[in-house]
Amino acid sequence: MIDFSAVTKSYGKRAVLADLSATVPEARITALVGPNGSGKTTLIKLLLGLARPDGGSITVGGHRIDSDPEYRRVIGWMPQIASFPGHQSGRQLLASLARLRGDDVEPDLSLAEEFDLGDNFDRPLGVLSGGTRQKVNAVIAMAFRPRLLVLDEPTAGLDPLAARVLKDRLARERQAGVTVLITSHVLPELEELADHVLFLSDGRAAWQGDTASLKRRTGAATLERAVAQLLAGPLALEAA
Amino acid sequence: MNTIAAVRARMQAPSALRGPVLLAIGVAAAGDILLRLSGDSATAVASILDVVLIITPLMGLVLGTSRLHHARDVVTLMLAQPVSRRRVFVDLWWRGAVPLAAALAIGVLAPFVWQRQLVPTGVTMVISMAIAAAVLAVLSQTLAMIIALRFDDRVKALSVSLATWLLAAVLWDGVVLVVALLMADRPIELPVMMMLAANPVDLVRVMMLLGSDAAAMLGYTGAMVSRTLGTVTGRAVLGSILTLWLVIPMWWAARSFQRKDF
Repeated sequence: MIDFSAVTKSYGKRAVLADLSATVPEARITALVGPNGSGKTTLIKLLLGLARPDGGSITVGGHRIDSDPEYRRVIGWMPQIASFPGHQSGRQLLASLARLRGDDVEPDLSLAEEFDLGDNFDRPLGVLSGGTRQKVNAVIAMAFRPRLLVLDEPTAGLDPLAARVLKDRLARERQAGVTVLITSHVLPELEELADHVLFLSDGRAAWQGDTASLKRRTGAATLERAVAQLLAGPLALEAA
Repeated sequence: MNTIAAVRARMQAPSALRGPVLLAIGVAAAGDILLRLSGDSATAVASILDVVLIITPLMGLVLGTSRLHHARDVVTLMLAQPVSRRRVFVDLWWRGAVPLAAALAIGVLAPFVWQRQLVPTGVTMVISMAIAAAVLAVLSQTLAMIIALRFDDRVKALSVSLATWLLAAVLWDGVVLVVALLMADRPIELPVMMMLAANPVDLVRVMMLLGSDAAAMLGYTGAMVSRTLGTVTGRAVLGSILTLWLVIPMWWAARSFQRKDF
């Protein structure tokens, strides 16, 4: 679904991504993990066209990302704790986005029902709690029936019940053929969801493959321990 | 839901327009007071013009920078949609510049209309002043976009905006005066004209003064400006430079937005 080929990106003199090549397979949930500053956020920004790579190429569904924004029509993005205009309701924000996209199809609000958002979807975002705003963010990310979901810490601020609803929904989306790229520091949660891991270190893809094979390779019982092994460095991985 | 929070949110509802509306009311109130207190319309026009030249760049720069930083998350969300950056830029610029320009133009015109001073003062003069305010509003919004795009740190961006305003609207005249004094024994027309061209606030001030009797009140400088730029050619040159001041920052802002890593 997504191919990163020899992608480089620097901010000033600081190289954030260095010759990164990786693949995010279709219809699977890929956990994008790595230490702070490893380039996860930059990778997502490049994928969404919010930043431009200095070199290399990125393809989404076979279409190379260039100046044509149309490739983003298949992407649903849930940013981490975004502060959208406080005076707008979730429904108004969604309507604004639909107008901007030129979509004439009815948005899918089934997740709002699953969250039992009720009137909160029509209340100004500024008066909603952080968790409720996060639910609205999730609804907006899925409203335009994306084929690729990019989620940045999606359960941050959600209560356990809402987190369960979201995780169940993501599992159903994967079954329906949707590709999911997800970053989170809550690794047990990722283990529950992800069947593929892309581990970044120093701006490179230090590991990519099935969650099961990562655990096998490291000899770790859980994804959290396996990632801890990766964080300890490539030598630890070799030793395992 | 907290009732106070709900009321506050409703009060914030037209937040995008609240700043410009308050500004229009403030400028209109100031204009009304100046019209009532001034002995004659020429003095009133000069005083209102001073208010416009000070307030407009300040509000445009500060409101514009603040608005863009406040909207960063929603701009990012817009950019993640299947729309071009150019479209998002035009949308942002339009929503910032047009309400501010309209608010200032209305704020300038309103006291002349309700005090029935439009005809006695001169319809052309008052409308020119309203247009000047609108032009400065548009320009300062565009400069605010450049500053907000250049500086990701909100405090730094606002500081640069304030420094830009201070230089253009307050300090520049002092700089021009110092240069004129230092070059007192040499022809100063060219350096003064170059310094005039370098500051759009001064450009607008001079264009307005040339259209009124107020230039006579500026003594030697006024006489020099009247003599040099009071001709049709001089005014055309001023108009062309002001047009460049609108076009070049706009191109720069669009280019910065196109290349910006959000």
